[in-house]
Amino acid sequence: MAKAKITFDDIGQTVNVPAGTRVIEVSEKVGAGIIYGCREGDCGTCMMHVVAGWNNLTQPSVLEEKVLKENMAGRHDRLACQAQILGDCRVKPA
Amino acid sequence: MSGEIDVSSHRRAVEVADQVYWIGALDPTLRVFDIILTTANGTTYNSYLVKGSEGVAVIDTVKENFADEFFSRLESAIDYSEIKVIVLNHLEPDHSGALPELMRRAPHARLYISKRATSMLKALLHASDDLEYTTVTTGDSVSLGDRSLRFLHTPFLHWPDTQCTYLEDEAILFSGDVFGCHYCDKRLFNDLVGDFRFSFDYYYAHIMRPFKKHVLEALKLIEPLQLRLIAPTHGPILRERPRRYVTHYRELSTSALARGIGSEDQSMIIFYMSSYGNTARMAEEISEGAGSVPGVRVSLFDLQGGETSPFVDLIEEADALLFGSPTINGDAVKPVWDLLSSLAVVNLKGKLGGAFGSFGWSGEAVRMIEDRMRGLKMHIPRQGLRVKLIPTEEELKDCRQFGQEIAEALVGKASDSDIVEFADLI
Ligand SMILES: Cc1cc2nc3c(=O)[nH]c(=O)nc-3n(C[C@H](O)[C@H](O)[C@H](O)COP(=O)(O)O)c2cc1C
Ligand code: FES
Ligand SMILES: [Fe+2]
Ligand SMILES: [Fe+2]
Repeated sequence: MAKAKITFDDIGQTVNVPAGTRVIEVSEKVGAGIIYGCREGDCGTCMMHVVAGWNNLTQPSVLEEKVLKENMAGRHDRLACQAQILGDCRVKPA
Repeated sequence: MSGEIDVSSHRRAVEVADQVYWIGALDPTLRVFDIILTTANGTTYNSYLVKGSEGVAVIDTVKENFADEFFSRLESAIDYSEIKVIVLNHLEPDHSGALPELMRRAPHARLYISKRATSMLKALLHASDDLEYTTVTTGDSVSLGDRSLRFLHTPFLHWPDTQCTYLEDEAILFSGDVFGCHYCDKRLFNDLVGDFRFSFDYYYAHIMRPFKKHVLEALKLIEPLQLRLIAPTHGPILRERPRRYVTHYRELSTSALARGIGSEDQSMIIFYMSSYGNTARMAEEISEGAGSVPGVRVSLFDLQGGETSPFVDLIEEADALLFGSPTINGDAVKPVWDLLSSLAVVNLKGKLGGAFGSFGWSGEAVRMIEDRMRGLKMHIPRQGLRVKLIPTEEELKDCRQFGQEIAEALVGKASDSDIVEFADLI
């Protein structure tokens, strides 16, 4: 299975994951500082900033775009409960 | 100023400033609000009406079962066809309850809400998929002809959707729940009503305190405003020395403890309970280890010797929190849970956490405490430390190491950038 590396900048931890893994699954296990509320793409609590590898995450859905907008997301912010890892990337809590 | 105001004796609008009216409702018998708050003399749902040369604005409504009183007061001042603007500063049902009916009655009105309010509007008012609205934020304003309303984006006071609205020409701030309190008095104005100081502080402590950071952000927008009057959605209208309440909010939101301790130091607090002294020994060694890291100030507290509420104040100020508990009947001890279940009024997000404890054979307590801390949005940089019965010298060394590592994480020295495999994560 294709692998990808995700780095959580706040704790300086890199994890090798199978491509397609959601960020939430990894970040909770390593104890990164991204936090979660609804866990289903609705509340915007899990907003994270993508420091590098923006294109190595799945494209945001229309619904995610909407929640990002409502929560005044900056450039290169995503919802960690939604984004899936396709290739190497670096993230940190927004 | 007249001392003859008694809004319980009639259902008319009450002028609070030039062409600005209170059209709210009194709820004197309410004793419990939102499950979590008590009130000894009820509350008010304050709604306001602003007349301009080219139309009228209604700012906030009331709880649904008080709609009759609200509509009567409104009708005493204007005709529904004059309403051009409806502002909801906050969509909680105590202020949005009469909105659907108001929208039905006011054919020319447009609704102004914050961006964050849109998804709530749908979830609260199911029947209103066709409600039209405009979303606004800081810098936006809406004109009523000769006067205009300006919006301030003040989220999380105390819901994601909250905002404030400012009437320029009269320097009136319609603040929503901010500066409000559950206090019902038919004399309506702060210079006429009874002593509401306790109610004001109690409301702040239970509703606004968890959002201190957001309060401070909002104050940055509010403090520069000229303020002749503050019109909150609950309790007295603040017309005498309104600035005093703004200053008071700043004081309440600025930590008293932060001023006492060197603010460059990171503060770590270790709470523990111990029946035979084993978890206490661990706590002491962890404290030693953590204290050896420059820039970290460690405090050790035996939960047996204190009360919950001062500990809550300490926790609010701390940067890292460690809890030690023995495992008793497969669980952590009650004082730990009492404290960990008393933290809804403070914001723990992002604080570092850690758990430790001595156990006899199963040792569930440590994991359970860690899970609770994660649930409270704390970050757990090191897996909890468990010791079987009496700690050995070797284990005491582990305790020092554990304290030191969490302290290092606290001052940003943590350095494990080796790559781990997803499959190896537990
Ligand atoms: C003071 C207060 C705080 C709240 N905090 C949250 C919250 O943090 N997260 C959330 O999802 N909902 C929060 N809510 C919204 C309630 O969960 C929501 O209104 C729910 O529908 C109430 O359910 P009930 O009618 O069974 O009490 C809060 C409501 C109040 C009144
Ligand atoms: S946790 Fe709510 S949007 Fe991701
Ligand atoms: Fe509210
Ligand atoms: Fe309210």
